[in-house]
Amino acid sequence: MEALVQAAPGSHETHAAPKRSWLFTRPTAKTGIVSWLTTVDHKRIGLLYAISALFFFLVGGFEALLIRVQLAVPNNTFITHQTYNEMFTMHATTMIFLAVMPLSAAFFNYIMPLQIGARDVAFPRLNGFAFWVFIAGAIILNIGWFVKSGAPDAGWFGYAPLTSKAYSNQFGGDMSTDLWVMGLQILGVSSVVGSLNFIVTIINLRAPGMTMMRLPVFTWMTLVTAFLIILSFPAITIALVELMMDRSFDSNFFEAANGGLPILWQHLFWIFGHPEVYILILPAMGIISEIFPTFSRKPLFGYPIIVFSGACIGFLGFGVWSHHMFTTGMGSVATAAFSLMTMAIAVPTGVKIFNWIGTLWGGHLKMRTPMMFALGFIWMFMFGGFSGIMHSAAPADAQQQDSYFVVAHFHYVLIGGSVFALLAGIHYWFPLVFGRKVSEFWGKLSFWIIFVGFNVTFFPMHFLGLNGMPRRTAVYDGNMGWNDANLVSTIGAFILAIGVGVYFFVMIYTYFKGEKSGRDPWDGRTLEWALPTPPPEHNFDVIPTIHARDAFWYEKHHQREISREQAVHAKEEESHGGIHMPSQSWFPIVAASGLLIGSIFFVNHIYAGAIAGGALMVLGIYFWAAEGPGGYHVDPAGHDDGSHGKH
Amino acid sequence: MSTHAATGAIDHHHDHTTATGIPNKKLFMWAFLASDCMFFGALISTHLIYRLHPTPGSPDPKKLFSLDLTLFATFVLLISSLLVALAVNATQKSSLKSVRRLLLGTIFFGLIFLSCQVFEYGNFLQEGLTLSSSMFGTTFYTLTGTHGCHVAIGVLWLTLMYIRTFKPADESPWILRSLGHLLVFAVVVVAGVISVVSAAHGVEEHGFALATFAEVARHHLAAILVTAGGLAVLAWLGRTRAAVDFDERNAIDVESLGLYWHFIDIVWIVIFTVVYLLEFL
Repeated sequence: MEALVQAAPGSHETHAAPKRSWLFTRPTAKTGIVSWLTTVDHKRIGLLYAISALFFFLVGGFEALLIRVQLAVPNNTFITHQTYNEMFTMHATTMIFLAVMPLSAAFFNYIMPLQIGARDVAFPRLNGFAFWVFIAGAIILNIGWFVKSGAPDAGWFGYAPLTSKAYSNQFGGDMSTDLWVMGLQILGVSSVVGSLNFIVTIINLRAPGMTMMRLPVFTWMTLVTAFLIILSFPAITIALVELMMDRSFDSNFFEAANGGLPILWQHLFWIFGHPEVYILILPAMGIISEIFPTFSRKPLFGYPIIVFSGACIGFLGFGVWSHHMFTTGMGSVATAAFSLMTMAIAVPTGVKIFNWIGTLWGGHLKMRTPMMFALGFIWMFMFGGFSGIMHSAAPADAQQQDSYFVVAHFHYVLIGGSVFALLAGIHYWFPLVFGRKVSEFWGKLSFWIIFVGFNVTFFPMHFLGLNGMPRRTAVYDGNMGWNDANLVSTIGAFILAIGVGVYFFVMIYTYFKGEKSGRDPWDGRTLEWALPTPPPEHNFDVIPTIHARDAFWYEKHHQREISREQAVHAKEEESHGGIHMPSQSWFPIVAASGLLIGSIFFVNHIYAGAIAGGALMVLGIYFWAAEGPGGYHVDPAGHDDGSHGKH
Repeated sequence: MSTHAATGAIDHHHDHTTATGIPNKKLFMWAFLASDCMFFGALISTHLIYRLHPTPGSPDPKKLFSLDLTLFATFVLLISSLLVALAVNATQKSSLKSVRRLLLGTIFFGLIFLSCQVFEYGNFLQEGLTLSSSMFGTTFYTLTGTHGCHVAIGVLWLTLMYIRTFKPADESPWILRSLGHLLVFAVVVVAGVISVVSAAHGVEEHGFALATFAEVARHHLAAILVTAGGLAVLAWLGRTRAAVDFDERNAIDVESLGLYWHFIDIVWIVIFTVVYLLEFL
């Protein structure tokens, strides 16, 4: 049994199986629906994340359009106040938890293992589980649209006492808030499990020679983001657990009438909520730190400083949460301290921006579509940063709190920042994933429409906010002086929608009919470009040895040395039995569906059903453990050894 | 890749298959425990904040708490931590018999801790302390209940690990048998905790006397008989048989479990300090 030599410690129980029960026969389909439901391949899971995230991106965008139509003219009756509340709550929740975070996770999954020279993540089945749990959470959050009680409507930060039973009593038939509470908890499970996996993968699965300070910046930001997720999600999970106890079991955490302190919710929420902001932006910063060097044809300027600044932002991000609460009366010392901390966090962010400009400086710039989005990122993100600095001064924030000025600020950092970078990343890695290249004309056209539409939508909001328009206003009177800016903003929203439409249409067209791009179309610098397009299931025929920070750049310029080295390593791997791949499994999706079923029953107070769902989940995990990691071998020519799951 | 299959020796402190030499499972567990720290951090903070904002009608914790009981429970949990550490050691030496005994010992002490908690909850409920009766009840039950859930999950995991030591080496079908084993365990645990806790309540009310035990035995005869019968079945299931697929290569699994168990022990020491001892300062 050569497999035994190859298998990781603890996996030996899977060898030599003359008779395996049908329960533990591993699925082997490589195409079709079963292959996707049982996949453990990080690239496929990345694609699943991307497709679901883009779907929810469109859903959240549609909700935003309804909001803008309602606000286009004063005293509008397009949607009711109740629907409006559901729209802004679900727009934010969807965009943050179901669009931007999973789209970042898609890149983590697909790109990060390739950048460190790994064949998969550390725990492939757990990776699948994280995705299916994400789907469970997304279903629960959105189930409200299809039932009588309606969608969640207490705002995305769900301040107490709006979430109390007085306003939405599940026993009285309104379970919208319970769906929100349960959905976010489940999404938290997915994010934490996924992040633990990424942390172990980055620390432990690096190829020989890939020291921490040679990791591509995107991988570094994946690591920092993963740490932010595992350390900040517990705060919101506990807040949600306490809220769930209040709503389901009559405890008093946030019941002001019984001595509860609603302010505690705000603290717990923002201890999560502020790191969450960096969870959304750091992956974006990682993506553009890959794009700038490639299209400037220079190494990244100040690599160690950029890495250090990213980690520094991560640390400081835990110390600024109360700047969301300047108007709650925390006392002048606390307010001053959080003000200073917030100003301090602008320093590492500014350092990064200067380093990106330093990368561009004197480079041979190639103005391709990903580069356009990345440059748009710098400009727009700085805009959002400038209004952010204004908020950090507590007296100014007292004026801006809960106004459209804040809405303008966070859309500049979230769309102009995160979304621009993610759209850049899709363009950048599309040729790697699908082997086709988006036409430059259509790519750039979509960029300009999005860029113009975005600014026309959100720039007027600065003025609306300073003129006193509060956020979450469903209807305003015609004599407030808000009419023109609101109309312009709504027109901008439709331009933005057209831009996004063009972007997606071009992507779909390119997937089927686009120009074939071949290997390494951008003359890339990092390891993922060493692979053929699309990458084979086992990624690397031979695990690469890393000699420099821009690993693939070095390979391209030392071809003879690299090919000699690879020949030696290929022989070594051959002697170990070839390339070892993890087997597919049904149990991640079984366990996740148990969680989904149990949660839906719990929200509806059918405890027997909740226990049954929980039991299905536990059984799924039990069989998952019992079946073992499995594994089979492939040779680089693409033939596996036909021993699926047998050793 | 690992070379131990060729040499036969396992280095339990260095994994050659990973970039850092730390086994993946251990690193995963450390990262998870960091995350779990934040869970308990948020819960303990909630308790401490509300301690400073008592609501009218809150009971005096000093009168409520029985330090003797909690000190005993703390001691029991500490002992269980020692046993699980020895179990890791025994697994690394592939000494199957000791592994089983030590795992059972850890389970036993974990269950005593849980029984103490059930007993304490029962007393508090009699005093009128519920989740909704006061803010103290809300935070106390949620915090200690979350910790209790962690201990219960730990006991389940220990039990599964114990059952895992019976997996036959010849790969013959085993999964149904293991589920049956687990079911018997569950029945024994529930019936056993009921018997022990009701005996403790009886002793508390009527004093430590033969009559008390006779009374408890009469009222809870079913639970006691089920416990005894279940233990007999467990002993039968646990008799030594043919070669099993469990040896020092599983040490990393037991070690991950041990890390988790030590962690909930440490968390309990923090809870014991800031929830219980703090009231007596």
